[in-house]
Amino acid sequence: MTIEPSDRVKAVPPSGIRRFFEIAEERDEVISLGVGEPDFSTPWAARDAAITSLEQGKTSYTANRGKRELRESIADYVADRFDLGYDPAEEIIVTAGASEAVDLAFRAFVDPGDTVAIAQPSYISYEPGVIFAGGEVLPVPTRKEDEFRLTVEELDAAGAADADVLVVCYPNNPTGAIMREEDLEPIADFAREHDLTVFSDEIYAELTYDGDHTSIATVDGMRERTIVFNGFSKAHAMTGLRLGYALGPADAIGAMNKIHQYAMLSAPTTAQYAALEALDSCENDVREMVDQYDRRRQFVLSRFREIGMDVFEAKGAFYCFPEVPEGFTAEEFAEDVLREQGVAVVPGDVFGVGGEGHLRISYATGLEDLREALTRIEAFVAEHA
Amino acid sequence: MSEREVLELLRENARYSAADIARMTGLEEQEVEAVVEELEGAGVVRGYQAVVDWDKLEDERVRAEVELNVRLDRETGYGDIAERLARFPQVKALRLVSGDYDFDMEVEGDSIREVSQFISEKVAPVPEITQTVTHYVMTSYKENGIELGDGEDDDRLSFSP
Ligand SMILES: Cc1ncc(COP(=O)(O)O)c(C=O)c1O
Repeated sequence: MTIEPSDRVKAVPPSGIRRFFEIAEERDEVISLGVGEPDFSTPWAARDAAITSLEQGKTSYTANRGKRELRESIADYVADRFDLGYDPAEEIIVTAGASEAVDLAFRAFVDPGDTVAIAQPSYISYEPGVIFAGGEVLPVPTRKEDEFRLTVEELDAAGAADADVLVVCYPNNPTGAIMREEDLEPIADFAREHDLTVFSDEIYAELTYDGDHTSIATVDGMRERTIVFNGFSKAHAMTGLRLGYALGPADAIGAMNKIHQYAMLSAPTTAQYAALEALDSCENDVREMVDQYDRRRQFVLSRFREIGMDVFEAKGAFYCFPEVPEGFTAEEFAEDVLREQGVAVVPGDVFGVGGEGHLRISYATGLEDLREALTRIEAFVAEHA
Repeated sequence: MSEREVLELLRENARYSAADIARMTGLEEQEVEAVVEELEGAGVVRGYQAVVDWDKLEDERVRAEVELNVRLDRETGYGDIAERLARFPQVKALRLVSGDYDFDMEVEGDSIREVSQFISEKVAPVPEITQTVTHYVMTSYKENGIELGDGEDDDRLSFSP
Protein backbone atom coordinates (compact mmCIF):
# COMPACT_ATOMS: atom_id res chain seq x y z
CA MET A 1 0.00 0.00 0.00
CA THR A 2 1.13 3.52 -0.62
CA ILE A 3 -0.15 6.51 1.18
CA GLU A 4 -1.53 8.59 -1.60
CA PRO A 5 -0.68 12.29 -1.46
CA SER A 6 -3.39 14.83 -2.08
CA ASP A 7 -3.97 16.23 -5.55
CA ARG A 8 -2.64 19.56 -4.33
CA VAL A 9 0.63 18.01 -3.28
CA LYS A 10 0.84 16.09 -6.54
CA ALA A 11 0.24 19.30 -8.47
CA VAL A 12 3.48 20.82 -7.22
CA PRO A 13 6.47 19.73 -9.31
CA PRO A 14 9.76 18.87 -7.61
CA SER A 15 11.99 21.86 -6.92
CA GLY A 16 14.16 22.94 -9.84
CA ILE A 17 17.08 23.25 -7.47
CA ARG A 18 16.98 19.61 -6.39
CA ARG A 19 18.74 18.11 -9.45
CA PHE A 20 21.61 20.55 -9.17
CA PHE A 21 21.94 19.77 -5.55
CA GLU A 22 22.47 16.11 -6.43
CA ILE A 23 25.18 16.93 -8.97
CA ALA A 24 26.90 19.21 -6.46
CA GLU A 25 26.88 16.42 -3.88
CA GLU A 26 28.86 14.14 -6.22
CA ARG A 27 31.61 16.62 -6.84
CA ASP A 28 34.45 17.72 -4.59
CA GLU A 29 35.37 21.30 -3.95
CA VAL A 30 32.28 22.97 -5.20
CA ILE A 31 32.14 26.69 -4.60
CA SER A 32 28.52 27.50 -4.18
CA LEU A 33 26.97 30.71 -5.38
CA GLY A 34 23.65 28.95 -5.05
CA VAL A 35 22.83 29.76 -1.46
CA GLY A 36 20.08 32.14 -0.43
CA GLU A 37 21.26 32.64 3.11
CA PRO A 38 23.88 34.82 4.79
CA ASP A 39 27.37 33.42 5.30
CA PHE A 40 27.67 35.47 8.49
CA SER A 41 26.82 34.09 11.88
CA THR A 42 24.04 35.60 13.93
CA PRO A 43 25.42 38.64 15.80
CA TRP A 44 26.88 37.56 19.13
CA ALA A 45 24.57 39.67 21.25
CA ALA A 46 21.56 37.89 19.74
CA ARG A 47 23.15 34.47 20.19
CA ASP A 48 23.97 35.37 23.77
CA ALA A 49 20.40 36.39 24.45
CA ALA A 50 19.23 33.05 23.09
CA ILE A 51 21.70 31.19 25.29
CA THR A 52 20.74 33.19 28.36
CA SER A 53 17.06 32.57 27.76
CA LEU A 54 17.81 28.83 27.64
CA GLU A 55 19.87 29.02 30.81
CA GLN A 56 16.96 30.69 32.51
CA GLY A 57 14.70 27.91 31.35
CA LYS A 58 12.57 30.08 29.13
CA THR A 59 11.43 27.23 26.99
CA SER A 60 7.64 27.33 27.10
CA TYR A 61 5.23 28.51 24.44
CA THR A 62 4.77 32.24 24.15
CA ALA A 63 1.58 34.09 23.26
CA ASN A 64 0.28 32.82 19.91
CA ARG A 65 1.13 36.03 18.16
CA GLY A 66 4.56 36.17 19.75
CA LYS A 67 5.91 37.76 22.90
CA ARG A 68 4.27 41.08 23.47
CA GLU A 69 7.64 42.69 24.08
CA LEU A 70 8.95 41.44 20.75
CA ARG A 71 5.87 42.69 18.89
CA GLU A 72 6.38 46.10 20.47
CA SER A 73 9.98 46.05 19.46
CA ILE A 74 9.06 45.08 15.89
CA ALA A 75 6.51 47.89 15.78
CA ASP A 76 9.17 50.42 16.81
CA TYR A 77 11.67 49.01 14.38
CA VAL A 78 9.45 49.02 11.29
CA ALA A 79 8.21 52.50 12.19
CA ASP A 80 11.72 53.76 12.51
CA ARG A 81 13.27 52.03 9.51
CA PHE A 82 10.43 51.84 7.00
CA ASP A 83 7.86 54.32 8.18
CA LEU A 84 5.34 51.54 8.80
CA GLY A 85 2.85 52.04 11.65
CA TYR A 86 1.39 48.85 13.15
CA ASP A 87 -0.25 48.16 16.48
CA PRO A 88 1.67 45.44 18.33
CA ALA A 89 -1.51 44.17 19.98
CA GLU A 90 -3.47 43.34 16.86
CA GLU A 91 -1.57 44.10 13.69
CA ILE A 92 1.59 42.04 14.08
CA ILE A 93 2.10 38.28 14.19
CA VAL A 94 5.42 36.58 14.88
CA THR A 95 5.91 33.41 12.84
CA ALA A 96 8.38 30.58 12.29
CA GLY A 97 10.25 32.40 9.54
CA ALA A 98 8.76 34.63 6.90
CA SER A 99 8.01 31.31 5.20
CA GLU A 100 5.29 30.53 7.69
CA ALA A 101 3.85 34.02 7.35
CA VAL A 102 3.66 33.59 3.57
CA ASP A 103 1.95 30.23 3.94
CA LEU A 104 -0.53 31.59 6.51
CA ALA A 105 -1.45 34.43 4.19
CA PHE A 106 -2.16 32.12 1.26
CA ARG A 107 -4.27 29.89 3.42
CA ALA A 108 -6.06 32.76 5.13
CA PHE A 109 -6.90 34.80 2.03
CA VAL A 110 -6.99 32.46 -0.96
CA ASP A 111 -10.09 30.38 -1.64
CA PRO A 112 -10.04 27.43 -4.02
CA GLY A 113 -10.15 28.84 -7.52
CA ASP A 114 -8.90 32.29 -6.53
CA THR A 115 -6.20 33.74 -8.72
CA VAL A 116 -2.91 34.87 -7.27
CA ALA A 117 -0.79 37.04 -9.52
CA ILE A 118 2.93 36.67 -8.81
CA ALA A 119 5.48 39.11 -10.11
CA GLN A 120 8.24 36.89 -11.47
CA PRO A 121 11.05 35.96 -11.43
CA SER A 122 10.51 35.49 -7.73
CA TYR A 123 11.25 33.44 -4.67
CA ILE A 124 10.33 29.83 -5.31
CA SER A 125 7.90 29.22 -2.46
CA TYR A 126 5.03 31.43 -3.59
CA GLU A 127 3.78 29.16 -6.35
CA PRO A 128 3.60 25.99 -4.27
CA GLY A 129 2.06 28.05 -1.45
CA VAL A 130 -0.76 29.11 -3.76
CA ILE A 131 -1.30 25.58 -5.01
CA PHE A 132 -1.39 24.12 -1.50
CA ALA A 133 -4.07 26.69 -0.69
CA GLY A 134 -6.06 25.59 -3.74
CA GLY A 135 -5.51 28.81 -5.65
CA GLU A 136 -4.36 29.41 -9.19
CA VAL A 137 -1.14 31.05 -10.12
CA LEU A 138 -0.98 33.87 -12.62
CA PRO A 139 2.63 34.67 -13.44
CA VAL A 140 3.35 38.31 -14.24
CA PRO A 141 6.75 38.73 -15.86
CA THR A 142 9.17 41.50 -15.04
CA ARG A 143 11.89 42.31 -17.53
CA LYS A 144 15.46 43.39 -17.61
CA GLU A 145 14.50 46.40 -19.79
CA ASP A 146 12.43 47.60 -16.83
CA GLU A 147 15.21 46.76 -14.37
CA PHE A 148 13.02 43.86 -13.26
CA ARG A 149 10.51 46.25 -11.73
CA LEU A 150 6.85 45.34 -11.94
CA THR A 151 4.90 47.54 -14.34
CA VAL A 152 1.20 48.17 -14.88
CA GLU A 153 1.64 47.21 -18.55
CA GLU A 154 2.76 43.73 -17.55
CA LEU A 155 -0.01 43.45 -14.98
CA ASP A 156 -2.55 44.39 -17.63
CA ALA A 157 -1.07 42.13 -20.26
CA ALA A 158 -1.09 39.16 -17.92
CA GLY A 159 -4.72 39.77 -16.95
CA ALA A 160 -3.94 40.57 -13.34
CA ALA A 161 -6.91 42.94 -13.21
CA ASP A 162 -9.04 39.86 -12.54
CA ALA A 163 -6.77 38.41 -9.90
CA ASP A 164 -7.58 38.36 -6.20
CA VAL A 165 -4.12 38.67 -4.76
CA LEU A 166 -0.87 40.14 -6.04
CA VAL A 167 2.48 38.97 -4.64
CA VAL A 168 5.50 41.23 -4.89
CA CYS A 169 8.97 40.87 -3.44
CA TYR A 170 11.33 43.84 -3.41
CA PRO A 171 14.29 43.84 -2.94
CA ASN A 172 13.86 40.79 -5.10
CA ASN A 173 15.08 37.26 -4.87
CA PRO A 174 16.49 36.33 -7.45
CA THR A 175 17.11 39.52 -9.45
CA GLY A 176 18.25 41.93 -6.74
CA ALA A 177 15.86 44.51 -8.18
CA ILE A 178 14.27 47.17 -6.00
CA MET A 179 11.18 49.34 -6.44
CA ARG A 180 11.16 52.98 -5.44
CA GLU A 181 8.14 54.97 -4.33
CA GLU A 182 7.50 56.27 -7.85
CA ASP A 183 7.57 52.70 -9.19
CA LEU A 184 5.18 51.49 -6.50
CA GLU A 185 2.57 54.20 -6.94
CA PRO A 186 1.16 52.99 -10.28
CA ILE A 187 1.10 49.42 -8.92
CA ALA A 188 -0.81 50.67 -5.89
CA ASP A 189 -3.30 52.48 -8.18
CA PHE A 190 -3.78 49.26 -10.11
CA ALA A 191 -4.32 47.26 -6.93
CA ARG A 192 -6.91 49.71 -5.65
CA GLU A 193 -8.68 50.00 -8.96
CA HIS A 194 -8.99 46.23 -9.34
CA ASP A 195 -9.44 45.49 -5.67
CA LEU A 196 -6.35 43.32 -5.26
CA THR A 197 -4.96 42.26 -1.92
CA VAL A 198 -1.19 42.72 -1.98
CA PHE A 199 1.31 40.41 -0.31
CA SER A 200 4.60 42.22 -0.05
CA ASP A 201 7.60 40.12 0.94
CA GLU A 202 10.13 42.60 2.28
CA ILE A 203 12.55 40.23 3.92
CA TYR A 204 15.48 41.89 2.13
CA ALA A 205 14.37 45.41 3.12
CA GLU A 206 17.57 46.13 5.07
CA LEU A 207 19.72 44.97 2.19
CA THR A 208 19.56 47.90 -0.19
CA TYR A 209 22.64 49.58 -1.58
CA ASP A 210 21.35 52.68 -3.21
CA GLY A 211 18.89 54.50 -0.98
CA ASP A 212 16.47 53.13 1.59
CA HIS A 213 13.70 50.64 1.11
CA THR A 214 10.12 51.80 0.55
CA SER A 215 7.26 49.51 1.49
CA ILE A 216 4.21 49.45 -0.75
CA ALA A 217 2.12 49.54 2.44
CA THR A 218 3.22 53.16 2.93
CA VAL A 219 1.74 54.24 -0.40
CA ASP A 220 -1.61 56.02 -0.04
CA GLY A 221 -4.57 53.72 0.41
CA MET A 222 -2.45 50.56 0.49
CA ARG A 223 -2.16 49.86 4.17
CA GLU A 224 -5.64 48.37 4.43
CA ARG A 225 -5.09 45.95 1.54
CA THR A 226 -1.51 44.89 2.14
CA ILE A 227 0.15 42.16 4.18
CA VAL A 228 3.86 42.79 4.70
CA PHE A 229 6.21 39.88 5.39
CA ASN A 230 9.56 40.33 7.01
CA GLY A 231 11.88 38.39 9.28
CA PHE A 232 15.27 37.93 10.83
CA SER A 233 16.79 35.42 8.42
CA LYS A 234 18.55 37.76 6.04
CA ALA A 235 19.54 41.07 7.64
CA HIS A 236 20.16 39.51 11.04
CA ALA A 237 21.67 36.30 9.70
CA MET A 238 19.27 34.14 11.69
CA THR A 239 18.05 31.63 9.08
CA GLY A 240 18.30 28.60 11.35
CA LEU A 241 16.48 30.29 14.19
CA ARG A 242 13.32 30.45 12.09
CA LEU A 243 11.78 33.76 12.99
CA GLY A 244 9.70 36.09 10.87
CA TYR A 245 6.61 38.22 11.10
CA ALA A 246 3.68 39.65 9.21
CA LEU A 247 2.16 43.12 9.44
CA GLY A 248 -1.36 43.97 8.37
CA PRO A 249 -4.78 45.25 9.38
CA ALA A 250 -6.12 43.71 12.60
CA ASP A 251 -8.77 41.52 10.94
CA ALA A 252 -6.28 40.10 8.49
CA ILE A 253 -3.66 39.33 11.10
CA GLY A 254 -6.45 37.82 13.22
CA ALA A 255 -7.33 35.49 10.35
CA MET A 256 -3.72 34.43 9.96
CA ASN A 257 -3.45 33.91 13.68
CA LYS A 258 -6.42 31.55 13.55
CA ILE A 259 -4.36 29.14 11.43
CA HIS A 260 -1.10 29.86 13.21
CA GLN A 261 -2.53 29.07 16.65
CA TYR A 262 -3.48 25.58 15.53
CA ALA A 263 -0.62 24.83 13.16
CA MET A 264 2.25 26.33 15.14
CA LEU A 265 0.91 27.53 18.52
CA SER A 266 3.74 30.02 18.67
CA ALA A 267 7.06 30.75 17.02
CA PRO A 268 10.23 29.32 18.61
CA THR A 269 10.70 30.92 22.02
CA THR A 270 14.49 30.91 22.02
CA ALA A 271 14.48 32.63 18.67
CA GLN A 272 12.12 35.29 19.99
CA TYR A 273 14.63 36.18 22.68
CA ALA A 274 17.39 36.34 20.10
CA ALA A 275 15.24 38.56 17.89
CA LEU A 276 14.47 40.95 20.73
CA GLU A 277 18.17 41.44 21.28
CA ALA A 278 18.83 41.67 17.55
CA LEU A 279 16.44 44.61 17.30
CA ASP A 280 17.68 46.11 20.52
CA SER A 281 21.41 46.13 19.99
CA CYS A 282 22.56 44.69 16.69
CA GLU A 283 22.06 47.62 14.37
CA ASN A 284 25.79 48.00 13.87
CA ASP A 285 26.21 44.35 13.04
CA VAL A 286 23.55 44.73 10.38
CA ARG A 287 25.26 47.82 8.95
CA GLU A 288 28.57 45.97 8.82
CA MET A 289 27.09 43.02 7.01
CA VAL A 290 25.37 45.33 4.56
CA ASP A 291 28.71 47.05 3.87
CA GLN A 292 30.34 43.72 3.17
CA TYR A 293 27.55 42.65 0.86
CA ASP A 294 27.84 45.92 -0.98
CA ARG A 295 31.56 45.41 -1.58
CA ARG A 296 30.97 41.93 -2.82
CA ARG A 297 28.14 43.16 -5.02
CA GLN A 298 30.41 45.68 -6.68
CA PHE A 299 33.10 43.07 -7.06
CA VAL A 300 30.78 40.54 -8.66
CA LEU A 301 29.11 43.03 -10.99
CA SER A 302 32.43 44.32 -12.19
CA ARG A 303 33.81 40.81 -12.75
CA PHE A 304 30.79 39.81 -14.83
CA ARG A 305 31.29 42.86 -16.97
CA GLU A 306 34.93 41.92 -17.46
CA ILE A 307 33.97 38.39 -18.36
CA GLY A 308 31.65 39.89 -20.93
CA MET A 309 28.42 38.57 -19.47
CA ASP A 310 25.56 41.04 -19.49
CA VAL A 311 24.56 41.69 -15.93
CA PHE A 312 21.74 43.66 -14.39
CA GLU A 313 22.86 46.19 -11.77
CA ALA A 314 21.25 44.65 -8.71
CA LYS A 315 20.54 47.18 -5.96
CA GLY A 316 19.20 44.98 -3.22
CA ALA A 317 19.27 41.55 -1.53
CA PHE A 318 22.47 39.52 -2.05
CA TYR A 319 21.91 38.26 -5.55
CA CYS A 320 22.92 39.32 -8.99
CA PHE A 321 21.31 38.10 -12.14
CA PRO A 322 23.61 37.86 -15.17
CA GLU A 323 22.53 36.67 -18.61
CA VAL A 324 24.06 33.48 -19.92
CA PRO A 325 26.14 33.86 -23.08
CA GLU A 326 24.53 33.00 -26.41
CA GLY A 327 24.34 29.35 -27.30
CA PHE A 328 23.38 28.25 -23.80
CA THR A 329 20.17 27.88 -21.93
CA ALA A 330 20.43 28.83 -18.28
CA GLU A 331 19.97 25.19 -17.30
CA GLU A 332 22.79 24.04 -19.58
CA PHE A 333 25.11 26.75 -18.39
CA ALA A 334 24.39 26.02 -14.74
CA GLU A 335 24.81 22.28 -15.18
CA ASP A 336 28.01 22.49 -17.25
CA VAL A 337 29.71 25.09 -15.10
CA LEU A 338 28.94 22.92 -12.08
CA ARG A 339 30.25 19.72 -13.68
CA GLU A 340 33.29 21.26 -15.37
CA GLN A 341 34.33 24.00 -12.98
CA GLY A 342 32.68 23.10 -9.70
CA VAL A 343 30.77 26.35 -9.40
CA ALA A 344 27.17 26.07 -8.29
CA VAL A 345 24.74 28.67 -9.61
CA VAL A 346 20.98 28.56 -10.01
CA PRO A 347 19.34 28.81 -13.46
CA GLY A 348 16.84 31.67 -13.64
CA ASP A 349 14.01 29.46 -14.99
CA VAL A 350 13.56 28.06 -11.51
CA PHE A 351 12.19 31.44 -10.43
CA GLY A 352 9.46 31.59 -13.03
CA VAL A 353 8.77 33.61 -16.16
CA GLY A 354 11.30 36.28 -17.02
CA GLY A 355 14.09 34.27 -15.43
CA GLU A 356 14.98 32.30 -18.56
CA GLY A 357 18.48 32.86 -19.89
CA HIS A 358 19.67 34.17 -16.54
CA LEU A 359 21.57 32.84 -13.56
CA ARG A 360 21.07 33.67 -9.95
CA ILE A 361 24.40 34.36 -8.33
CA SER A 362 24.44 34.73 -4.57
CA TYR A 363 27.22 36.78 -3.09
CA ALA A 364 26.50 35.64 0.42
CA THR A 365 29.91 33.98 0.18
CA GLY A 366 33.38 35.16 1.25
CA LEU A 367 35.34 37.26 -1.21
CA GLU A 368 38.07 34.68 -1.64
CA ASP A 369 35.54 32.16 -2.81
CA LEU A 370 33.77 34.70 -4.97
CA ARG A 371 37.03 35.59 -6.65
CA GLU A 372 37.87 31.96 -7.33
CA ALA A 373 34.34 31.19 -8.53
CA LEU A 374 34.42 34.08 -10.97
CA THR A 375 37.83 33.03 -12.25
CA ARG A 376 36.36 29.62 -12.95
CA ILE A 377 33.30 31.08 -14.64
CA GLU A 378 35.61 33.23 -16.74
CA ALA A 379 37.58 30.14 -17.80
CA PHE A 380 34.34 28.34 -18.61
CA VAL A 381 33.06 31.20 -20.73
CA ALA A 382 36.40 31.60 -22.50
CA GLU A 383 36.32 27.93 -23.43
CA HIS A 384 32.73 27.66 -24.56
CA ALA A 385 31.37 30.99 -25.66
CA MET B 1 37.61 58.34 2.97
CA SER B 2 38.91 56.09 0.21
CA GLU B 3 42.15 55.78 2.23
CA ARG B 4 40.19 54.33 5.09
CA GLU B 5 38.33 51.91 2.83
CA VAL B 6 41.51 50.74 1.17
CA LEU B 7 43.17 50.27 4.55
CA GLU B 8 40.28 48.25 5.86
CA LEU B 9 40.42 45.97 2.87
CA LEU B 10 44.19 45.54 3.11
CA ARG B 11 43.86 44.69 6.77
CA GLU B 12 41.21 42.16 5.90
CA ASN B 13 43.49 40.59 3.33
CA ALA B 14 46.78 42.13 2.22
CA ARG B 15 46.77 39.92 -0.83
CA TYR B 16 43.80 41.61 -2.44
CA SER B 17 45.14 43.00 -5.67
CA ALA B 18 44.67 46.60 -6.68
CA ALA B 19 42.17 45.31 -9.21
CA ASP B 20 40.18 43.49 -6.51
CA ILE B 21 40.09 46.57 -4.31
CA ALA B 22 39.13 48.73 -7.25
CA ARG B 23 36.19 46.44 -7.98
CA MET B 24 35.02 46.53 -4.38
CA THR B 25 35.32 50.25 -3.84
CA GLY B 26 34.43 51.53 -7.25
CA LEU B 27 37.78 53.37 -7.47
CA GLU B 28 40.00 53.12 -10.53
CA GLU B 29 42.78 50.58 -10.29
CA GLN B 30 45.38 53.36 -10.67
CA GLU B 31 43.74 55.31 -7.86
CA VAL B 32 44.00 52.30 -5.59
CA GLU B 33 47.64 51.88 -6.48
CA ALA B 34 48.27 55.54 -5.78
CA VAL B 35 46.51 55.40 -2.41
CA VAL B 36 48.46 52.29 -1.38
CA GLU B 37 51.73 53.86 -2.48
CA GLU B 38 50.94 56.98 -0.53
CA LEU B 39 50.04 55.02 2.58
CA GLU B 40 53.26 53.04 2.28
CA GLY B 41 55.30 56.16 1.63
CA ALA B 42 53.81 57.97 4.60
CA GLY B 43 54.63 55.00 6.80
CA VAL B 44 50.98 54.28 7.58
CA VAL B 45 51.23 50.84 6.03
CA ARG B 46 54.39 49.38 7.57
CA GLY B 47 54.47 45.96 6.02
CA TYR B 48 52.55 42.89 4.98
CA GLN B 49 52.70 39.60 6.83
CA ALA B 50 51.06 36.21 6.87
CA VAL B 51 48.90 35.27 9.83
CA VAL B 52 50.18 31.85 10.88
CA ASP B 53 48.58 29.19 13.01
CA TRP B 54 51.76 27.60 14.39
CA ASP B 55 49.81 24.82 16.01
CA LYS B 56 49.13 23.46 12.54
CA LEU B 57 52.85 23.01 11.82
CA GLU B 58 55.11 20.20 12.97
CA ASP B 59 57.90 22.62 13.88
CA GLU B 60 57.85 23.86 17.38
CA ARG B 61 57.44 27.56 17.76
CA VAL B 62 57.43 29.04 21.21
CA ARG B 63 55.91 32.34 22.04
CA ALA B 64 55.69 34.27 25.24
CA GLU B 65 54.01 37.41 26.44
CA VAL B 66 56.34 39.18 28.83
CA GLU B 67 55.35 41.85 31.32
CA LEU B 68 58.16 44.28 32.04
CA ASN B 69 58.50 46.79 34.83
CA VAL B 70 61.11 49.48 34.50
CA ARG B 71 62.59 52.22 36.64
CA LEU B 72 63.29 55.45 34.84
CA ASP B 73 66.06 57.82 35.81
CA ARG B 74 66.88 61.33 34.71
CA GLU B 75 68.73 60.18 31.59
CA THR B 76 66.57 57.29 30.46
CA GLY B 77 62.97 57.44 29.23
CA TYR B 78 60.59 54.72 28.06
CA GLY B 79 61.66 55.44 24.50
CA ASP B 80 65.28 54.63 25.22
CA ILE B 81 64.48 51.31 26.82
CA ALA B 82 62.04 50.45 24.05
CA GLU B 83 64.61 51.23 21.39
CA ARG B 84 67.08 48.90 22.99
CA LEU B 85 64.60 46.04 23.34
CA ALA B 86 62.98 46.43 19.95
CA ARG B 87 66.29 45.77 18.26
CA PHE B 88 66.30 42.13 19.33
CA PRO B 89 64.90 39.98 16.51
CA GLN B 90 63.27 37.71 19.11
CA VAL B 91 60.98 40.58 20.10
CA LYS B 92 57.96 40.53 17.82
CA ALA B 93 55.92 43.22 19.48
CA LEU B 94 56.58 45.78 22.16
CA ARG B 95 54.05 48.15 23.62
CA LEU B 96 54.01 50.63 26.47
CA VAL B 97 50.85 49.95 28.40
CA SER B 98 48.94 51.39 31.31
CA GLY B 99 48.26 49.35 34.42
CA ASP B 100 50.31 47.11 36.67
CA TYR B 101 53.33 46.92 34.44
CA ASP B 102 55.02 49.15 31.89
CA PHE B 103 55.80 47.19 28.76
CA ASP B 104 54.05 44.34 27.13
CA MET B 105 56.48 42.35 25.00
CA GLU B 106 55.90 39.43 22.62
CA VAL B 107 58.85 37.11 22.20
CA GLU B 108 59.28 34.20 19.79
CA GLY B 109 61.83 31.40 19.64
CA ASP B 110 62.33 27.79 18.61
CA SER B 111 62.19 26.33 22.10
CA ILE B 112 61.25 27.22 25.64
CA ARG B 113 64.92 27.04 26.47
CA GLU B 114 65.78 29.60 23.82
CA VAL B 115 63.07 31.99 24.92
CA SER B 116 63.94 31.64 28.61
CA GLN B 117 67.58 32.19 27.88
CA PHE B 118 66.81 35.26 25.86
CA ILE B 119 64.76 36.75 28.67
CA SER B 120 67.21 35.92 31.42
CA GLU B 121 70.36 36.79 29.50
CA LYS B 122 69.33 39.70 27.31
CA VAL B 123 66.26 41.29 28.80
CA ALA B 124 66.51 40.96 32.56
CA PRO B 125 70.05 42.39 32.71
CA VAL B 126 68.98 45.68 31.12
CA PRO B 127 69.69 47.96 34.10
CA GLU B 128 66.37 49.85 34.06
CA ILE B 129 64.30 46.67 34.04
CA THR B 130 63.23 45.85 37.56
CA GLN B 131 60.98 42.87 36.91
CA THR B 132 59.92 40.45 34.18
CA VAL B 133 56.95 38.11 34.26
CA THR B 134 56.87 35.60 31.42
CA HIS B 135 53.68 33.96 30.18
CA TYR B 136 54.20 31.20 27.64
CA VAL B 137 51.50 31.04 25.02
CA MET B 138 49.81 27.67 25.17
CA THR B 139 47.20 28.00 22.47
CA SER B 140 46.30 30.88 20.24
CA TYR B 141 42.69 31.27 19.23
CA LYS B 142 42.84 34.48 17.28
CA GLU B 143 45.65 36.46 15.67
CA ASN B 144 45.37 39.80 13.92
CA GLY B 145 41.62 39.57 13.83
CA ILE B 146 41.66 36.11 12.27
CA GLU B 147 40.29 33.15 14.19
CA LEU B 148 42.60 30.15 14.27
CA GLY B 149 42.02 26.48 14.82
CA ASP B 150 39.84 24.16 12.80
CA GLY B 151 38.08 26.50 10.43
CA GLU B 152 34.67 24.94 10.81
CA ASP B 153 33.39 23.73 7.49
CA ASP B 154 30.65 25.61 5.76
CA ASP B 155 27.96 22.99 5.94
CA ARG B 156 25.28 25.11 4.40
CA LEU B 157 23.39 23.54 1.55
CA SER B 158 25.09 24.20 -1.77
CA PHE B 159 21.72 25.37 -3.03
CA SER B 160 19.01 27.04 -1.01
CA PRO B 161 15.99 29.11 -1.96
C1 LIG C 1 12.05 36.41 -0.70
C2 LIG C 1 12.15 35.46 0.43
N1 LIG C 1 11.14 35.36 1.30
C3 LIG C 1 11.20 34.51 2.33
C4 LIG C 1 12.28 33.68 2.54
C5 LIG C 1 12.27 32.74 3.71
O1 LIG C 1 12.64 33.38 4.87
P1 LIG C 1 12.53 32.73 6.32
O2 LIG C 1 13.88 32.11 6.61
O3 LIG C 1 12.25 33.88 7.21
O4 LIG C 1 11.46 31.73 6.29
C6 LIG C 1 13.36 33.75 1.66
C7 LIG C 1 14.51 32.85 1.83
O5 LIG C 1 15.29 32.60 0.94
C8 LIG C 1 13.29 34.66 0.58
O6 LIG C 1 14.29 34.76 -0.30
